[in-house]
Amino acid sequence: MTVSTPPATQPPVAFQIGADDNVATLLVNAEPGPVIVRGSTGERQITASEPIENSHKIAIAPIAEDADVIKFGVVIGAATRAIAQGEWVHLHNCRSRLDERSNAFDVHTGVPEDISYE
Amino acid sequence: MNEPIDKSISEAIWQSGNNAGWRGYLRSDGRKGIRNIILVVYTVECASHVAHSIGNGEQDVHVIGFPGCYDNQYAIRMILALGRHPNIGAVLTVGLGCEYTQPSKIAQSVRESGRPADSFFIQENGGTATSIALGKQKISQLRAEMDIQVQLVPMSWSDLVVGSECGGSDGTSGLAGNPVVGAFFDLLVDRGGTAIFEEIVEMIGLRPILDARGATPQASEQLRNAYDKTDRYCREVRQYSVAPGNFAGGLTTIEEKSMGAFAKSGSRPIQGVIRVAERPPHNGLWLLDSVPDAHFMQFGYTNPNDTEGIMDLICAGSQIILFVTGRGSVIGSAVSPLIKVTGNSITYNRMKDDMDFNAGRILSGEITLPAAAEELAALVRAVATGQLTKPEALGHREYFLMYKHQDTPALEAGCHA
Repeated sequence: MTVSTPPATQPPVAFQIGADDNVATLLVNAEPGPVIVRGSTGERQITASEPIENSHKIAIAPIAEDADVIKFGVVIGAATRAIAQGEWVHLHNCRSRLDERSNAFDVHTGVPEDISYE
Repeated sequence: MNEPIDKSISEAIWQSGNNAGWRGYLRSDGRKGIRNIILVVYTVECASHVAHSIGNGEQDVHVIGFPGCYDNQYAIRMILALGRHPNIGAVLTVGLGCEYTQPSKIAQSVRESGRPADSFFIQENGGTATSIALGKQKISQLRAEMDIQVQLVPMSWSDLVVGSECGGSDGTSGLAGNPVVGAFFDLLVDRGGTAIFEEIVEMIGLRPILDARGATPQASEQLRNAYDKTDRYCREVRQYSVAPGNFAGGLTTIEEKSMGAFAKSGSRPIQGVIRVAERPPHNGLWLLDSVPDAHFMQFGYTNPNDTEGIMDLICAGSQIILFVTGRGSVIGSAVSPLIKVTGNSITYNRMKDDMDFNAGRILSGEITLPAAAEELAALVRAVATGQLTKPEALGHREYFLMYKHQDTPALEAGCHA
């Protein structure tokens, strides 16, 4: 997908789908700093604590270890460690409750690391 | 399996203001088409060049075919469902002459549905050139017969069956592209129409949600059974429908991808599960199960490509297909027009000639989801009244028929419980 970085004057937008979601999806690349969370509950500002790529998820509320990660109002996985508001939520701190290979992928490329090529 | 049309209801909807009806092609089974297409069907790959050449330069002639020489009940059911589709007015079947699949039997079945149909074997009529000439001659005879029979009648939302499919998904598909289709499906169902969604392999993780969406206890049981079969299938083939590109694109788990795909279903109760080449027994929202059933040969993949899934939806009687793509796709379809929806404004602007609807405006805040769904409904209505979709205008007529196994009863036997 094509990625773009907005001018520094406009904080990047993250889209929240369900009112009870604890993650939102970035619509552009975000650097550490302010992020607008837009969605069904209106708009508010939070602070990204690290760079987060377009289409990836930002925690919009603190998530305890093994607590549900919620998007679309449904459980999409479990936190593998405590996650603070503003952190990137992905394969390094969230796993599927179904797919046993869920923790076996490179966090940036998604390439599986559990298959030997030797 | 089709209830008789209540003319008074149909007329009342036809007359009511902002949901005013349009004209459709009445078929003998009571269904109505939004197009009147002559379908050329080849029954083995060896006849494909002749079949396509017959269709070349002909107005409203689409070509489909089955590549295999050996026949397959699943594929035959699909060919019959396409030949008797509401958008089809006449059929010509073309065989080489030595294959298992029988062109004359297909033509006979289509004639019994009240449509003009004809067939021939290439080996009995000379070679390539003479067969193309014969086919074109038969097309003009079929067209003449079809034009005499044609019956244009009032048509409304309740006569419309719309299918939805996604492919080339990105982060916007679950946020805007699929939700706008879901919100439109709610409108369609509320107006008495029929909506069909599929891709059960992308519903893994959603068993309780599916169960709760069942319109009746029987519907919920069908949904649980379809889910459990798919779950077994995924575990047996040791693969979930999520790929490295999805992870790199920001999706973290199959549950997340599933919910983004499931958004296409909207929020209305699900009436039950149909199988490939079955028609919904009544109006409302339906799930289509295209996952192969357990079989001694274990053959058949669920959805080897997007076009295969689109054909499944068309075989169920969908007169229009909504195709959601975030990254962009350049497919279309034979038989039923494809409306291309993207949730990505960058993709929309890059592929304007191919994209029919930009749901990316929901994400930029230009339009609300309910407003976008109303706009999509207006587009669907325009296409139903004859407006060409972008893929149609570009000449896209993709099709895909393949070997698979499902324990589906014959079409006449109705819905599989």
